[in-house]
Amino acid sequence: MKMFVCIKYVPDTSEAEVKVNPDGVTVDSSRFSFDINDADNYAVEESVLIKEAKEGDVTVVSIGPKKSDVMIRMAMAKGCDQAVRIEDDRIAGHDPLMVAKALAAAIKGQEFDLVLTGCMASDDGHMSTGVALAEELGVNHASMVKKVEVLDGKVRAHRELEGGLLEVVELELPAVLTIQTGINEPRYAPIRGIRQAQKKELKVVSLDDLGVDPASVGSDASMVVLEELYIPEVESSAEFIEGEAEEKAEKLASILVKGGLV
Amino acid sequence: MGNILVLAEHRQGALRDISYEMMALAPKLAEDMGCEVTVLLVGSKMDDLAKKMAAYGSKVLVVDDPLFENFNAEKYQKVLSALIDDLKPAVVMTGQTAQGVDFIPALAVEKNLPLVAEAISLEYANGTLKATRQLYSGKVNATVAFKPADTYLVTIREGVVEPPDAAADGAVEKVDSPLKDDLTYRSFVEYIEAEVGDVDITQSDTLVAVGRGLKEDKNLSIIEELAQAIRADIAGSRAATDAGWIPHDRQVGTSGKSVKPKLYIAMGISGAFQHVAGMKGAKTVVAINKDPEAPIFTVADYAIVDDMFKVVPKLIEKLKELKG
Repeated sequence: MKMFVCIKYVPDTSEAEVKVNPDGVTVDSSRFSFDINDADNYAVEESVLIKEAKEGDVTVVSIGPKKSDVMIRMAMAKGCDQAVRIEDDRIAGHDPLMVAKALAAAIKGQEFDLVLTGCMASDDGHMSTGVALAEELGVNHASMVKKVEVLDGKVRAHRELEGGLLEVVELELPAVLTIQTGINEPRYAPIRGIRQAQKKELKVVSLDDLGVDPASVGSDASMVVLEELYIPEVESSAEFIEGEAEEKAEKLASILVKGGLV
Repeated sequence: MGNILVLAEHRQGALRDISYEMMALAPKLAEDMGCEVTVLLVGSKMDDLAKKMAAYGSKVLVVDDPLFENFNAEKYQKVLSALIDDLKPAVVMTGQTAQGVDFIPALAVEKNLPLVAEAISLEYANGTLKATRQLYSGKVNATVAFKPADTYLVTIREGVVEPPDAAADGAVEKVDSPLKDDLTYRSFVEYIEAEVGDVDITQSDTLVAVGRGLKEDKNLSIIEELAQAIRADIAGSRAATDAGWIPHDRQVGTSGKSVKPKLYIAMGISGAFQHVAGMKGAKTVVAINKDPEAPIFTVADYAIVDDMFKVVPKLIEKLKELKG
């Protein structure tokens, strides 16, 4: 199995306040730690599991800055074989259709059976890039995949629908699968793998290197304009319980007991 | 100008809520754009569903063919592609659902049309269509404007509006299926129902739910102690079930269960809309989270901004004391 896995370096904003920069179209990510996008982490694991079961070769593809090399090396430490990082500021990152075009350029012209990627990025959450990428590559796809069974010349994908219902589909290979979180248990990179990853090839390329006209994936080519980012007002009618942690706990306990809630 | 083409979604013989919800958004947008709404249904044996959609006053186009007995992204893409050529709609609107996300981005690439995914509202003014969508799990809103195009593609987040009341009956019109032969490269195999666990959290009176803030497995013991003290069942957000801390059948949210307990205590859950959609039926909501801007607080009745691990031990102690 020849595979590609597309991953994204994202800020962890799960328990932190997000602020918009004065330019109004970017967020201040200076205070955040960055790591692999959650769903992409599962995609990496799935590619390595398939490689272990069927033999094969996995190439990591990512668009991002130099500091994301640490994420790419980690994916290689887990078992991916080589990587291509596209570093180019001219890609309109707000439009998944442009991102898909750039990713496709790094894959096109090479043989592959599967391309895996996360079904959603935790930062901008379009859930669009993988399916757009499949169309760019002219291959089959299935999105939000919670289980993968590789058959002879085909793949059986279990798609997660609303309410936990699964839709099982069969696709002829090659195909793009967008992977849903929880499909597997992402491993920790073994020490030996981390050492080996340093020796694996990580190619850094620009749009020009890929033979892509920068104008075809830039803001001018994008048919949508990100006009403004803003923090939505938290319209909360909640009673905020104040004080030190222990005081808050005591007050909450009284509210719950006196209100007959427990 | 072409019409707003709303793709009504259905599964296993029933319309999905998003189909009705779009009928709350589309007519208003059509009025602003100076056009009409046309509903599109693609499936097999669609008469009843077509009648239901027609009750919202717009014309319903039906592609009714055994080839569409089950959803198939590739087939849907082919139908929409052909109908866009025929009808030249100003807008194609679908749900940001497991169906919508599975083919709309590919359609956008195929037809070279602009796409905004998961809009929570739409506005048309001075000839420009703009959508509001959310980033960072609802912590940031974005205004996205479409550049002028023949057709705009937009997917709508589930549950952002209430379905409207039914209006006068619209006409139902069958259209020939643009797809003549079945596809061989993608096929539907079967549906597999969600697993059933030992506790049915949809029936629980009291739920203690944990999210990413739980940090690790071993922290679950203090949560179990709290749950025991107030006779609650334990549930979790997607992050908690993905991490393996909580069984999957106890996941609250769009891809899990919808719950309606008398008391819901959300701990270390940021409250992304996918989670909130599953617990907004709770009578009283208590939220504990370190981040004062966490969206979970918008649906809470009682809120504590703090580290859950500093709050919970004292909470257990005091609850035991008060309840004797």
